[in-house]
Amino acid sequence: MDYLIIVISAIFVNNIVLNRFLGICPFIGVSSKVETALGMTGAVAFVMTLATIITYLLQTYILEPFGITFMQTITFILIIASLVQLVEIILKKVSPPMYQALGIFLPLITTNCAILGVAILAVQSDYNLLESVIFGIANAIGFGLALILFAGIREHLDLMDVPKPMQGVPIAFIVAGLLSLAFMGFSGIV
Amino acid sequence: MNQWQNFSKGFIKDNPVFVLFLGLCPTLAVTTSAYNGLGMGLATTFVLVMSNLVVSIIKNLIPGKVRIPTFIVVIASFVTMVEMLTEAFVPDLYEQLGIFIPLIVVNCLVLGRSEAFASKNNIFSSIIDGLGMGLGFAMALTVLGAVREVLGSGSLTLIPDVLEFTLYQGDGMLVFVLAPGAFLALGYLIMLADKVKKKMY
Repeated sequence: MDYLIIVISAIFVNNIVLNRFLGICPFIGVSSKVETALGMTGAVAFVMTLATIITYLLQTYILEPFGITFMQTITFILIIASLVQLVEIILKKVSPPMYQALGIFLPLITTNCAILGVAILAVQSDYNLLESVIFGIANAIGFGLALILFAGIREHLDLMDVPKPMQGVPIAFIVAGLLSLAFMGFSGIV
Repeated sequence: MNQWQNFSKGFIKDNPVFVLFLGLCPTLAVTTSAYNGLGMGLATTFVLVMSNLVVSIIKNLIPGKVRIPTFIVVIASFVTMVEMLTEAFVPDLYEQLGIFIPLIVVNCLVLGRSEAFASKNNIFSSIIDGLGMGLGFAMALTVLGAVREVLGSGSLTLIPDVLEFTLYQGDGMLVFVLAPGAFLALGYLIMLADKVKKKMY
């Protein structure tokens, strides 16, 4: 039951993009087509899940026993940066088609605050290993849901007659605001 | 480019938030009041100036291939300092900003200035660039925070208990303090900033 609450809360109630404001750069940057949104979601899901596991182990078995939790920010970001590099190298060797699909999104992920944010949130919420993994996956799904919904809306928006001063980024933010308003309907479920 | 232009470009012409769309996560998340926006902006300014300074000092020592990881380590060190300083001296702000203080490290504005400016320019210009961009960022966050606070709760807090105003009594439009209001307010402000920029340049 606890696991279900984590999942529902991460995807709908505290949606990582629309409620916690993490990962806004890719949300605005790569959401003009559904196809690229799918690619980005795949890459984020992959790295986010791995990063949550590794940062959990790092926090529990190295930082806490040695009393150096103030090093959290530096170590986490270095782990994530090297993880992204590693994933890139492995994907290139093992699965070239997947590398083709996700390749260009991987370097962007290092500075995606959603990854570091979810890792820190998982540590702050005192989750155990399984809960952290579930939290990571659920947040990746939440990110994907918001990104793909938004990309779908933006594809339609291209065909609309938007007032000239609002074209481009301003209307994207206003649409995101309306989407976030819709997601507020879920608050109170958990 | 003279130093004044270098400093002032961050405010309107190349404003990180309204024109370049960098560092949007903290922009949207912490601006529930003008004070929070100002605090976040100043914290980011500190990190930006210090990391620009260090990067421009060591720019000739870093091999090109490990450039980005080196920048990240430099930035992360200063972020850790800011985290400890805010926790010690302004605990209420630390509480309010929460997870977004460690997240300064992945603010694309900071890394972007290291890569695009400090790694190519001398120490003095890099400091001025960091200061201008940082204060431009702080200005944008304060303006957004002020708009949301005034519309949402009818008050304006620049420094708690010192510069605090109540503009009207009763309920404001609560939605502006909540998540959707951040997107809506920023959307309209970007539109306005574009207009101002076109008038001035």
